[in-house]
Amino acid sequence: MSNPRTAFFLRRLLLVVPTLLGATFLVFLLMRVVPGDVAYLILLGPGADVSNVRVDPEELERLREQLGLNRHIIVQYADWLGDVGRASFGESIATGRPVASEIGKGLLLSVQLAIMSVAFGILMGIPLGIASALRPNSIIDLVSRLWSITFLAVPNFWLGLLVLLIAQRFFDWSPPFGRNLLWDNPTDNLSQLVFPALIIGTALMAIVARISRSSLLEVLGEDYMRTARAKGLSNPVVVVRHGLRNALIPVVTVMSVSFGNLLGGTVVMENIFAVPGLGKLLLDSIEVRNYPVVQGIVFCLAGAFILINLVVDLLYGWLDPRVSVQS
Amino acid sequence: MGISRESSTNGPAAAVVSWALDRAARTWRLMRLHPIGFVGLFMVSVIVVLAIGADVFSFTDPNAGDFRVRLQGPGLDHWFGTDDLGRDQWSRMVHGARISVFVGFASVGFGSLIGLALGVSAGYMGGRLDTVSQRIVEIMLSLPDLLMALVLVATLGSGPDKVVLALAIIFIPSTVRVVRGTVLSAKENMYVEAARALGASQLRIMVRHILPNVTATYLVLASSFLGAAVLIEATLSFLGLGVPPPHSSWGRMLSGSASDFAVTAPWMVIFPGLAISWLVIGFNLFGDALRDIWDPRLGRGRREV
Repeated sequence: MSNPRTAFFLRRLLLVVPTLLGATFLVFLLMRVVPGDVAYLILLGPGADVSNVRVDPEELERLREQLGLNRHIIVQYADWLGDVGRASFGESIATGRPVASEIGKGLLLSVQLAIMSVAFGILMGIPLGIASALRPNSIIDLVSRLWSITFLAVPNFWLGLLVLLIAQRFFDWSPPFGRNLLWDNPTDNLSQLVFPALIIGTALMAIVARISRSSLLEVLGEDYMRTARAKGLSNPVVVVRHGLRNALIPVVTVMSVSFGNLLGGTVVMENIFAVPGLGKLLLDSIEVRNYPVVQGIVFCLAGAFILINLVVDLLYGWLDPRVSVQS
Repeated sequence: MGISRESSTNGPAAAVVSWALDRAARTWRLMRLHPIGFVGLFMVSVIVVLAIGADVFSFTDPNAGDFRVRLQGPGLDHWFGTDDLGRDQWSRMVHGARISVFVGFASVGFGSLIGLALGVSAGYMGGRLDTVSQRIVEIMLSLPDLLMALVLVATLGSGPDKVVLALAIIFIPSTVRVVRGTVLSAKENMYVEAARALGASQLRIMVRHILPNVTATYLVLASSFLGAAVLIEATLSFLGLGVPPPHSSWGRMLSGSASDFAVTAPWMVIFPGLAISWLVIGFNLFGDALRDIWDPRLGRGRREV
């Protein structure tokens, strides 16, 4: 491996596999220590109180056998990995169809929601951060900092409820129901997703604005900024080309860490705005203990989180060639 | 022999107390430079006082409904109005403060202390313990917080104690990671080697020589978890997975009927959300000030992570 950057990339890529295996095994294990296993819960039916319903033990045993729950946990996990390899992710207990097709239906909406949220967060956060850093302690700076403190603390599900409340009370508007894909029904799709994305975006914006402010403030004092000005470059060019690019690394780091919060945010927002995405499917599946589906969604979300972090590690090198790739 | 003995003549307990008092006094002096921290402390204190005296501050039984007064707006009889079952919102919120404060402090205390112990021993001992714990930490950190919380609560079942346990588990890996990093640099100090040369036990070195290096970072980190704990508990309860009905929790108050009646009875939505935001802002402001005082090296913006 002559190129250290390639070697670094390959090493990081190889680490993704054991991490993802570990994460899915952890969840697999957790789901199987539940008092009353899946078979038991199926026989009880949804919503039954575990403590005062009696289940026929023979029937229970037969169902366990049928679902393969009597085998060793490692065997069950290996079996599930086989399903992952076959790209089916097992079968949904509720519908009996492959988990992959259930997830596939929600995935597009969730990915679109995540992309829209990130876009809102960056598009609003970075200009706000720049404005604050260029005029520290000005009105804009104060407002933006107050805004950040507030939106880091306000629960996003509450914002969602308030938006729905205001929309219904004053504009007699409520979000469209059902599964509206961007290319099938763009108006319904966008009106369904724009508010959840804005709400997740505001929290992200608060973080981005705060970090880009402090990081840009630090960079603005550097010698190369004075040099760039001395060369006769215009102020916007100096700030964006020389300042922002160097200030972006902490922003990217924070973005990658808060991507996990973003995934959590989509789960909550989808439930409030009735968006049939992965997050809604996850909660519905948890409620009826549809473990194969939960397992599949966790695999997707954890995988996305791990991959984003990998991409961010690679972005560092591109943003700042000085970043060493050694370990 | 005399070298390793304490300068204090009153034994180790007195030494710890005087160290803590000294630390508290220094913090108090420095805190005056951070008025924002006081604002945060005040905001948290208000809620803590309400939580402790919930039975005194609430006018009615938080679970007693009275259909004659259902869905009443805020007024003198019911400060924050009543819900669809005619329960007094103010009483429910004061009791909800109990859940939030309890879950916040208990989960952070529990989780971060386990993380501290693991982080110090992994960092100091190194070897296999370190390798294995680092792998596990990496795996746990690869699951987003809320996702992990959802899976844990789905497994453990609902209830304040279960939520505390789930949140504590979430706080362990990041504490281990940060503490271990600090320990790795602290154990290079000459006095650690000196203590080892004098024949001090592993435990003694960890507690007496390594731990004091970590406390500032640890406390700053733990205080930054408080706001997150309150938010996650509220979110779980809102989703119907956190704290179950007989308890009144702020998140629970916002789920179900609150959104059904939001248009006709907006106070059912507005007040619990304000309370959550108030407490989280308080925790965050206080945590920020603590960080500036104790651990300037962490730099601004670290705690958003």
